[in-house]
Amino acid sequence: MTGLMQTGFTDLAAAVATIPIHPTSASSIADSVDHLYYFLTAITLFFTFAIFATIFFFMVKFRRRSPDEQPADTTTHLALELTWTIVPTLITVVIFVWASSLYFENSRPPEAATEIFVVGKQWMWHIQHPEGPREINELHVPVNAPVKITMTSDDVIHDFYIPAFRVKKDAVPGRYTSLWFQATKIGTYHIFCAQYCGADHAEMIGWVYVMSPTDYAAWLSGGARNETMAQTGERLFTQLGCVTCHVADNTGRGPSLVGLYGKQEKLRNGDTKLVDEALIRQAIVTPNSIILPNYPPIMPTFQGQINEEQVLQLIAYVKSLGTEERKTNGK
Amino acid sequence: MPGQEIPAESRVNYLNASYGVKSWLLTTDHKRIALLYLGSITLMFFVGGFFAVMMRLHLIEPQGALVAPETYNKLFTMHGVIMVFFFLVPSIPATLGNFLVPMMIGARDLAFPRLNLLSWYIYIIGAAFTLYAVISGGVDTGWTFYTPYSSTFSHTSVIPTALGVFITGFSSILTGLNFVVTIHKMRAPGLTWFRLPLFIWAMYATSIIFILGTPVIAITLFLLGLERLLHIGIFDPAIGGDPILFQHMFWFYSHPAVYIMILPGMGVMSELITCFSRKRIFGYTFVAFSSLAIAIISFLVWGHHMFVTGQSIYAGLIFSVLSFLVAIPSAVKVFNWTATLYKGSISYDAPMLYALGFIGLFTMGGLTGLFLASLATDVHLSGTYFIVAHFHYIMVGGAVMAYLGGIHFWWPKITGRMYPDGWARFAALVIFVGFNLTFFPQFVLGYLGMPRRYAVYPGEFQVLNVMSSAGASILGIGYLIPLIYLLWSIRYGPIAGPNPWGAKGLEWETPSPPPTENFEEIPVVTQDAYDYANVGGSRV
Repeated sequence: MTGLMQTGFTDLAAAVATIPIHPTSASSIADSVDHLYYFLTAITLFFTFAIFATIFFFMVKFRRRSPDEQPADTTTHLALELTWTIVPTLITVVIFVWASSLYFENSRPPEAATEIFVVGKQWMWHIQHPEGPREINELHVPVNAPVKITMTSDDVIHDFYIPAFRVKKDAVPGRYTSLWFQATKIGTYHIFCAQYCGADHAEMIGWVYVMSPTDYAAWLSGGARNETMAQTGERLFTQLGCVTCHVADNTGRGPSLVGLYGKQEKLRNGDTKLVDEALIRQAIVTPNSIILPNYPPIMPTFQGQINEEQVLQLIAYVKSLGTEERKTNGK
Repeated sequence: MPGQEIPAESRVNYLNASYGVKSWLLTTDHKRIALLYLGSITLMFFVGGFFAVMMRLHLIEPQGALVAPETYNKLFTMHGVIMVFFFLVPSIPATLGNFLVPMMIGARDLAFPRLNLLSWYIYIIGAAFTLYAVISGGVDTGWTFYTPYSSTFSHTSVIPTALGVFITGFSSILTGLNFVVTIHKMRAPGLTWFRLPLFIWAMYATSIIFILGTPVIAITLFLLGLERLLHIGIFDPAIGGDPILFQHMFWFYSHPAVYIMILPGMGVMSELITCFSRKRIFGYTFVAFSSLAIAIISFLVWGHHMFVTGQSIYAGLIFSVLSFLVAIPSAVKVFNWTATLYKGSISYDAPMLYALGFIGLFTMGGLTGLFLASLATDVHLSGTYFIVAHFHYIMVGGAVMAYLGGIHFWWPKITGRMYPDGWARFAALVIFVGFNLTFFPQFVLGYLGMPRRYAVYPGEFQVLNVMSSAGASILGIGYLIPLIYLLWSIRYGPIAGPNPWGAKGLEWETPSPPPTENFEEIPVVTQDAYDYANVGGSRV
């Protein structure tokens, strides 16, 4: 009987010990985020325990001993009030500075980051590598190399979340958002959609494959020979007829796109805008919102005729036509 | 007080002053309207709770044990919509607030009694629309109605649901107006602002949010309806709109709404803690002004729901610092309640057990908010079960505990009857245990990375999900027990008498149940609130 109970307890203890409490950490920022998380957990436990213990102590010590017991009146205590206002304030200042500086560091991708493009679409992730390979719900990346994910959505708001890397960002229709990571451990990790997006939201999941540089290079060149994103973009550029106006030597009805990416362009309304991914997208989707001084607003919109992946391919092509050195790489 | 010895039945009171359905449906008595609300929101609570139980049962298995994903999505949406807009927002203000605001300030009714009845009818019309949406196939947008999913992509009853929430908002606005005017103009002679019970301060702060915040959600849902019906494009990026704009507008109301749910609970807490420790509240002015501080700052923190939307990192910094700031007044309250116990005469009647449960759960809910105000950790935790656990600790562990504590505290005043104390204490314990077992594992699930609103999930999350579901069944039973014994007590409970707890406050100076006009004579107030040291712990 006792033995049985003991096995029961051992089994229970073993079962409890197998309950996961810590996620895999496999990126360069994961540990620093975890350290902050531990600190916050310690603060939470400390104050919860302190308040519980105090209340418990008071409940026992000051329990009502007779029905007509009459305790002394409460006295006010300004010093105490100020203490427990100021001390928590100071603690939150420490947390704020720590969390914000970490966030600040984590939001700037290194210059050398490889860019990979993600389009969320009910209910899958379309992923494109500049070198050409395209994948669905799978993302192959090299270990120990920074990767920047630029993303958008074809329909509703999604959210690209890799728990093991502690990164997450919404994929919002009509705009580009980005995140970056540097994987530190070879392995396979979850991709989740973390913004509710309809019926099969829970199936909008996938895997990140972190590979050694040689495996990654082999993967990139493996399979059917793909054209690069820029080559696909060039093909589209011809197919859609963009090429009839945007002639390289600037003799067409539209401006030449050579060397345009990264430039500061002056618009007819006097604004100056940096030609980046978002502006090129805007020019393709709503051309009349960006009018150049020397060109008539005659470009038709391509909204609804091409999808977000094709927009990204066109952007890749425009970028391949030469880039101004971007002075401020703020984002 | 004469009349104290007369059994409740033989005395004319607000319950037996008139009979018949009409006398209830056309009443302008704030106490009867409070009971109309009590009945309606209790129904909504159990409807919303039923959806929650279905969800937790479904999640026992990773591939989903019960329903199709589309149905699961409707379950969590209807659970959220009903619990937030039709239970939590009106819970304490519309029931206890309606009953107690005039009584606590020595008035015969609210300033606008007919407007008060209109509020209830508006609530019922709103609730009818939303319940119609449930019956007509449900809605699957999540209670947050994020665009463009809700405006363009969802094929469910978005408009009836949103219309229900839109209409019910007016009931909140009218209640808020009624309270503000009543508290300003109808206080009994001698009842200065700083002699007011803290429950009144909390109601006042809540009313301000009702009046300032609710129109914004109304506008937001109105635009959502227009977008869905006429496709005006305000939230549609394809024609120049911005889906994120919806989130700004939605959270501009819905974050303050969190404080609509918790501030009244904090007000209840101050009443319970003082009564059951027979002490004046520690730091009255700090507790009172912290309610106002929360009401004001709560309007400036909405962006913390949007740290991962691609919002500017500088905006993120501002919203982060303001979110930490709003935590301070809540911490101040917890410390003051704890200090009130010091050298008190503490009894463990059922309402006090709910109050202590509140402090514990609210403290954990509040502290886990720090993880989410912190930018770097929020990136990992937002959109996961950590969020679900955090806000349930505040809104269920906090607001519902306080609501139940308040119901148990004022039940003898409302009905004139006592409920069985042993059962009530037992229920408080069951709820506390069930709650923690339900929601604590969800903190861990969130940190592990399990996203919320998943109808199916990877197998490694199963153990924690099963724990949570087990807790939910305990919690469900915990909520049914009070329903049973409170209903039982209406008929069979012992007569309570005017002041069974030896509590201070004008509402205890009139018989239970009170007469229709509340007080035979309007009282004159000469003491501070919670002056338990005066006159040997009993009434004046």
